[in-house]
Amino acid sequence: MSGDVQTIVAARRLADARSVFIGVGRPSTAAILAREIINPELVLVYESGTIGAKPRTIPLSIGDGELAATADFVVSVPEMFNYWIQPGRIEVAFLGAAQVDPRGALNSTVIGDYAAPRTRLPGAGGAPEIARGCPRVMVVAPHSRRTFVAQLDFLTTPTAPEAVITDLGVLEPGDDGELTLTEIHPGVTVEQVRENTGWDLKVAGDLRVTDAPTAEEQRALEELVAR
Amino acid sequence: MATTRSHRAQIRPLAEAVADLVHDGDAVAMEGFTHLIPFAAGHEIIRQGRRELELIRMTPDLLYDQMIGMGCARRLVFSYAGNPGVGSLHRLRDAVEHGWPAPLAIEEHSHAGMANRYAAGASNLPFGILRGYTGTDLVAHTDVRFVTCPFTGEELAAVPALRPDVAIVHAQEADRRGNVQLWGIPGVQKEAVLAAARALVTVERVVDELEPRAGGIVIPGWVIDAIAVAPRGAHPSYAHDLTERDNDFYKEWDRLSRDREEFQAWMREHVLDATEVPA
Repeated sequence: MSGDVQTIVAARRLADARSVFIGVGRPSTAAILAREIINPELVLVYESGTIGAKPRTIPLSIGDGELAATADFVVSVPEMFNYWIQPGRIEVAFLGAAQVDPRGALNSTVIGDYAAPRTRLPGAGGAPEIARGCPRVMVVAPHSRRTFVAQLDFLTTPTAPEAVITDLGVLEPGDDGELTLTEIHPGVTVEQVRENTGWDLKVAGDLRVTDAPTAEEQRALEELVAR
Repeated sequence: MATTRSHRAQIRPLAEAVADLVHDGDAVAMEGFTHLIPFAAGHEIIRQGRRELELIRMTPDLLYDQMIGMGCARRLVFSYAGNPGVGSLHRLRDAVEHGWPAPLAIEEHSHAGMANRYAAGASNLPFGILRGYTGTDLVAHTDVRFVTCPFTGEELAAVPALRPDVAIVHAQEADRRGNVQLWGIPGVQKEAVLAAARALVTVERVVDELEPRAGGIVIPGWVIDAIAVAPRGAHPSYAHDLTERDNDFYKEWDRLSRDREEFQAWMREHVLDATEVPA
């Protein structure tokens, strides 16, 4: 349920976006949901080169056949990064990460020492240049002390996201750039969020409770997941 | 320096083509961005027992997980080493974290960096340029420098051209003269073929005449050394319009690749003791 709220809150953030760059997982589900019930003109862009994809089901990989078959057009990897991402033609980036620091920078490379890692993660992929090229960056990540850390083990993606959307709430940068809790999801307490954050998390004076998913949002998400 | 292949690609049995074109110690780029991944050719390399390879690929995927686990590689050049949508590549992690079956040197980049490295290689330029890498810890661990634009003064990242000894890609079809057409997600295959000194293309089928496809990419036979027919040669990846991505296998791999012995048993049964599909 809290995961559903996270997906729906992420989808709502795309209400006025022209285009969104997404990886698979929750960001992809949120973007597909947004296109179906909130913003039908939203252009979905996947790293595999599919621009304007219109998937009816949730893809397992960014290269699933349905993405290419339904895209407005499909481009090569060099074209994707050089012509579309680098010049800022894709408005919003939805990124995930294994670690997020207090300013929203991301690690997706290693846990532990680089030369002798405790856990070797997949690595940068497109994230550094996507975060740099897209005018608006949002991070979608599960809220735990493992993920929200005071110090990254490796700085893969320097970025200052406009929002970090978790399964407990939403963090946004304060005046000093530090991520601050601005929204909690229904049924979540501030203490719970702070306990699951690896630094002394600031809380906004005007903290809001996320609008609960509407029946329509909930139904649309359930239908999408079941398809 | 520039690659000038004046010949016509020969259509050959896969085992013969691999034996001729892939040697121990080579830098080998097998591309296909989640689509058209050349599994059949990779399995033939494993069967032939190639060693000490420098494996280059943006997204190592299950194919390089298998080749690394079977001891083919000494070095890996990549930008995203995960099982897409599923999780980790366990054989690759075992090699990096525990040196099994052999230590694996790594050189990692971002996707944009790798794409520009291939494009520079295809262009016969010494390096590619992009806005990237600045402020990342990658700078301390990989081959990237910064250059100043002579026109604007902007500082840009420079990444060295990729010039593999051999590129291997999979495509839907070739004609009898060795011209190749692929469509669907095109990835970075054309750049890999043009950047490499030698090139092998496996295809689902040979046709009399290539029929132009929407978004189709044609690679002429005169920049390819060999074509080998390998039906379903991208499985568990796929060939758009001809086969489907086997998502269940990608999920299953997560389980069966965790354990060294289970992995070896699977490889023995499905790769080592299998023979290539006759052309």
